[in-house]
Amino acid sequence: MKRLFPILAILTAIFLAYALSLALGKATPTDAQQGDVYRIIYYHVPSAWTAFLLFFINFIASIQYLASAKESTAKAAKWIVIAVGVIGIIVTFLPQVQQQLASNGMRPSAMATTIMCIPAFYFLVGWLFPGERVDVLALTTAEVGVVFCTIVLVTGPIWARPVWGIWWAPGDIRLTSTLVLWLIYVSYLVLRKFSSSAQTQMLAAALAVFGALDVPLVYFSIWFFRTQHPQPVIGGGGSMDPRMLHVLLMSWLAFLCFAFLVCWARFRLELLHREVEAAHAMESLGSATAKASVPLRRAQ
Amino acid sequence: MTLWSVTLATLKKDIRLEWRSKDALNSMLFFSLLVVVIFMFSFDPLAEESRHIVGGLVWVGFLFAAVMALNQTWARELRNQVLDAYRVSPAPANALFLAKALGNFLFVSVLETLMTPLFVIFYNLRVLGPAWQLIPVAILGTWALVVNGTFFAAISLRTRSREIMLPLLLFPISIPAVVSMVASTTAILTGEDSAHFYIVLLLTYDVVFTTACLALFEKILHAE
Repeated sequence: MKRLFPILAILTAIFLAYALSLALGKATPTDAQQGDVYRIIYYHVPSAWTAFLLFFINFIASIQYLASAKESTAKAAKWIVIAVGVIGIIVTFLPQVQQQLASNGMRPSAMATTIMCIPAFYFLVGWLFPGERVDVLALTTAEVGVVFCTIVLVTGPIWARPVWGIWWAPGDIRLTSTLVLWLIYVSYLVLRKFSSSAQTQMLAAALAVFGALDVPLVYFSIWFFRTQHPQPVIGGGGSMDPRMLHVLLMSWLAFLCFAFLVCWARFRLELLHREVEAAHAMESLGSATAKASVPLRRAQ
Repeated sequence: MTLWSVTLATLKKDIRLEWRSKDALNSMLFFSLLVVVIFMFSFDPLAEESRHIVGGLVWVGFLFAAVMALNQTWARELRNQVLDAYRVSPAPANALFLAKALGNFLFVSVLETLMTPLFVIFYNLRVLGPAWQLIPVAILGTWALVVNGTFFAAISLRTRSREIMLPLLLFPISIPAVVSMVASTTAILTGEDSAHFYIVLLLTYDVVFTTACLALFEKILHAE
């Protein structure tokens, strides 16, 4: 595994450079209305997707951690997750829901795939990250997710200033929900940092679940404000030149590799950190018992 | 020991404590009075403008003031290891949570009842929409702040510098509730829009987070 890391790092660097050259290259067409400014999309959108994916994994890992505390809750959670997947798929193919989705410019198949991700990721995460590791995964994905979300929030205004004429559109549904998501996860990291209890993991997992419950409510609370953000590129009403889409997906793949690499490094670092802490605790415990045993021996 | 008997006993104890000391209420009242006065100096609105901004001012003032009461919720139980005693007792954890949340709801409601006339006087308010709708907005909005606030106060109890932690955890999660409260209050005050959507959203927020709090509180209480 250790040898694989530098190889993967070099590959990711090459991949990122290739995606950048594609994004800035002449072969990719320039947007008819916006000109070259639009090219920031190749950083903005892949970062957003990566950040949302990481936050989603964090949510799944947090649920997994909360459920794994007791055997009975773990079993119940398993069945609930399966039920969510099955009901979700049935619901998306009801005619009324399909109509509603079509009016919002979403495809039912995209919706069903998204819902299927919940049980799929749940079991995958539970299988790959047993025990305490699932909490390390939650911490890692939250940290890296916040970094990618910050990139989204920084590149967005840079693009918006020349195109919209304003840096930020207050009340815009996508901008605001991304900002609130970022705030929630920053508060998650602050809690991790400040917690003095040995049960930080439990507290953080509870906060992550609260955050995930909050996101749809944030979305609906700004429902009435008109949205200024362009329609989503995939699964939405927006349309895009296939050459542009190709570059966008390449860029996303490069970003995913990069995110994976950073997560991996951070994951190993955190595991080592915990091992060192445990070793320190054992050591001080050992020296404490050794000291305590000295007067005992003298008493004999 | 049923859920309700423990809830009632804890609630009675909290109310009696508050009645004798009046710590939370006095500090909240004076704090929100200061907020009103500072806002009054910062913005000097006409009656027409004030209708548009006062919904935001009222709820921001109450939110900040509520944090003071919420911070004291659990601090009280730390003295003499009351919380530890509760943890080892067979009483249901949710009873303690409900009692604390209801107590805070009561204190913040008293604050709102006393402070609302002041806002009306200072900002020359006259409600143009259906005024009775302010009552469900106030009840649902206060519960939305208090139920999550009580839960996050229990979380921040386990951190260093716990008084600073509570707003940091509570405010991001409360954003949809605050948006709904402010938007519905403004809609009712100006009479321009219907507040129904936001009242339903507040109700959803309350139901979702009350359920989540009750489901997770036992884990938080025993996390030590």
